[in-house]
Amino acid sequence: MLTQILRLALLTLSLLLPTQMVRAQDAAVDIPAQVTALGEASLRELGTIITTLASTGDPAVVPVLTALGEGNLYLDETSGAVVIQRGSAITDPLTGEAVDLGADADLSRIRVNNGLRRDISAALSGMTLMSDNPSTRLSAARGFLSKPDAANLPLLDEAIAAETEANVRSVMQAARAVTILTSEDASIEDKLAAVPQIVSGAGRNAITILTGALASAPDEVKPTIQSAISGLEQGRAVWGALQNVWFGVSLGSVLLLAAIGLAITFGVMGIINMAHGEMVMLGAYTTFLVQLVIRQNFPGLLDYSLLIALPVAFLVTGAIGVGIERGIIRWLYGRPLETLLATWGLSLILQQTVRSIFGPTNQMVIAPTWMSGSTDFFGLAITYNRFWIVIFALIVFFMLLLILNRTPLGLQMRAVTQNRRMASAMGIRTPFVDAMTFGLGSGIAGLAGVALTQIDNISPNLGQNYIIDSFMVVVFGGVGNLWGTFVGALTLGVANKFLEPYAGAVLGKILILVLIILFIQRRPRGLFALKGRAIEQ
Amino acid sequence: MNFSRAKSALLAAALAGSVSLPMAPAMAQEDTIKVGILHSLSGTMAISETTLKDTMLFLIEQQNAKGGVLGKKLEPVVVDIASDWPLAAELARQLIEVDDVDVVFGCWTSVCRKSVLPVFEELNSLLFYPVQYEGEESQRNVFYTGASPNQQAIPAVDYLMSEDGGSVERWVLAGTDYVYPQTTNKILEQYLLDKGVAPEDIMINYTPFGHSDWQTIVSDIKTFGSEGKKTAVVSTINGDANVPFYRELGNQGIKAEDIPVVAFSVGEEELSGFDTTPLVGHLAAWNYFMSVDTPENEAFIADWQKFIGSDTRVTNDPMEAHMIGFNLWVKAVEAAGSTEADAVIDSIVGLETPNLTGGTAKMLPNHHITKPVLIGEIQDDGQFFVVWETEDLVPGDAWSDYLPESKMLEADWTAPINCGNYNTETKTCGGSAQ
Repeated sequence: MLTQILRLALLTLSLLLPTQMVRAQDAAVDIPAQVTALGEASLRELGTIITTLASTGDPAVVPVLTALGEGNLYLDETSGAVVIQRGSAITDPLTGEAVDLGADADLSRIRVNNGLRRDISAALSGMTLMSDNPSTRLSAARGFLSKPDAANLPLLDEAIAAETEANVRSVMQAARAVTILTSEDASIEDKLAAVPQIVSGAGRNAITILTGALASAPDEVKPTIQSAISGLEQGRAVWGALQNVWFGVSLGSVLLLAAIGLAITFGVMGIINMAHGEMVMLGAYTTFLVQLVIRQNFPGLLDYSLLIALPVAFLVTGAIGVGIERGIIRWLYGRPLETLLATWGLSLILQQTVRSIFGPTNQMVIAPTWMSGSTDFFGLAITYNRFWIVIFALIVFFMLLLILNRTPLGLQMRAVTQNRRMASAMGIRTPFVDAMTFGLGSGIAGLAGVALTQIDNISPNLGQNYIIDSFMVVVFGGVGNLWGTFVGALTLGVANKFLEPYAGAVLGKILILVLIILFIQRRPRGLFALKGRAIEQ
Repeated sequence: MNFSRAKSALLAAALAGSVSLPMAPAMAQEDTIKVGILHSLSGTMAISETTLKDTMLFLIEQQNAKGGVLGKKLEPVVVDIASDWPLAAELARQLIEVDDVDVVFGCWTSVCRKSVLPVFEELNSLLFYPVQYEGEESQRNVFYTGASPNQQAIPAVDYLMSEDGGSVERWVLAGTDYVYPQTTNKILEQYLLDKGVAPEDIMINYTPFGHSDWQTIVSDIKTFGSEGKKTAVVSTINGDANVPFYRELGNQGIKAEDIPVVAFSVGEEELSGFDTTPLVGHLAAWNYFMSVDTPENEAFIADWQKFIGSDTRVTNDPMEAHMIGFNLWVKAVEAAGSTEADAVIDSIVGLETPNLTGGTAKMLPNHHITKPVLIGEIQDDGQFFVVWETEDLVPGDAWSDYLPESKMLEADWTAPINCGNYNTETKTCGGSAQ
């Protein structure tokens, strides 16, 4: 009751404000009253109000509708005022001025559903088509693509004439063409001319639009639409194959990242390290902690939190790796069975420790803006997170290659692996090299963990999902050979992605395992077998 | 490197892992009623089930504060089934025979329930199962407090077909490859075909547990949705695989306005590890949401957060199911004056207890309960906004009316039928009802 009185009072007050008075008279719709009514409307009533507001064509309602669609429009339960809240700033939806609601404000979001969001974006398209910002115009034109309405034709014509950016104009023309194709009054010639415009301007939606229009089109136009669709579908098939290759490469790069640390500890040192997956998991949790600290103390750096997490994760997991080597593994050299059991037990301990500290639920790592979304590279859809992971995997791989082949530590590592006693006789501190090598392998697993936060769950089980795949890649590629790991990971990734569309994800995975078993039967040492005396030991 | 040695070591390691020790409290006092809690506290399902174990401890503590049951305190006996189903059957047997519990609350996956069922039947004990499941089952010793398909999947599809839900005409049924998604999708497929959806407008896809590379499938969904008909995804993807799935959806730019995803296994708990901004508008169908604004729910959330010592912990649907199951069991024990399985089974049917969304849950003769059905849209704070709900409570149906092989079956555990799969056409009981 009190809120209603307050609301009424506010309404009267707002009507008295001169600027809004003018607007309200202009449109013959009481805009402030409608906006206030948004506050306590049901979903159905919201729909009516949105239509009413949109019908005014008044630019003042654009921020209101935008905020409503984005979920930034709030009702103050105490005063009944409707306001926009972005971050800590509270503004009036119509005037854009800051509002001070006082200490007892109780904001609750005005919620919309999918249907209303569609209505809002369609309504906004009409009002923002002439905006000064090209990207706003572009999204407005895209909005028209999905909701063609013959009433908008004059508006579109006007916008096309005024448009200066070629790519925006082509989308607008496509939107106009869609409107013509679906309207009942347009002539056959106009409709025929509309088809190629849709093909060139509507991008990936062209097939959707044309297929949708096919059923209602007049018979004379149908063959043209048909041939346009089949042309587009042919193109899609070609790009589809390339897309599969990309998916495979990106899966392969994830496998490579997970396996490459193992290629050092298992491949070079010959240690069956079942706790390798947990190093990956610890790397992911380090990222989570780093981001938590950054979010609380330096929110401006949030976009770079992953870059900051990289060295931290490397050092943390590397140090843990050195600790494991010094504390457990060095007592077990030459006893693969015991090493396996000890590291496997260690992996359980690490998992349960993390579960006890952080809880069993997933932790959240926010994706930086430069790793969200996707881009169209000709016909390929490339998601940014996968793209950066591919790049990152390549960088890590070549850095590691560099370390092994071009640094004193790498030389000592290879010397110790090939002939421990001779290396020792030459003055190399073999226990130190062992610890460093294991630390390096673990540190790289930690780096993989940072990358995996972008595509997988951060839970105590994270590592378990990758340990089998990692061993598979290393054994398939050839133990002790980094290039083998590289080629092995990419081969498995691409093969998996090519099998998946035909066999399905479940059968695809089984088929890959069967193929690897057969391959290992033929070539027990993997793709790139090490030759020479070292392997005989 | 000796690979055969390594292999046998692996095998030994795997064997060692399957035997883990139960964490039963050592104190065994004379005058307590023991309540078994049979959930995974490690392994893949730990993410969901650990919370349910805590929920049971919370409910038991609350009941003890009220004076217990029949004047006796309740004593929880917790075991860890470690996401290992044969182990679950073993531990269920141990709970009943060795620890002598009177009732067990537990399991999440259907495969867990299926593997412990014979134990409860043989030893005549009680199991309360709190998770939505595929139906096609009714067992005398089991009480299904989660949703059956007609309390979750069918209403969700109805909503999407309605004008409010976007008049969807084309359907992707995506699920994890095991019994719950398979059976649910079988029922849904038949239901959609009956509703006049063409077979080519239905795409069914299965993925392994913990699937993390969704690129191909999401891009397939995108292509499938670009045929000019409104498309929706019905997701029975379970557990950890959901996070990468939604992430890929967001990255490939599939918005809820274009292709909404309605999930049956994604709740507040699953979304808590997750930035939900790209997911706003995707849907979930449940019988309870944390965001439902009722005094009962507010009190439950406050008590729970106080018990667990964190004001950010969420509540979810299976937790409510455990609460309902627990309250019904308490009422049944008090009505029967005994914790004997047979007495409880006889007294529990027809009992009612308030649920958290403002209605009442009633135990039906088929050992399912009545529930409201809510459809919620994901919000950017990881909560759900209820966009649709059924007007009345929906009674749980053990045997689906949409599958030809089960539409004539009914379950009724009261006299005179007393049968889990009574055939209404031949008027006979089909015997073992699983």
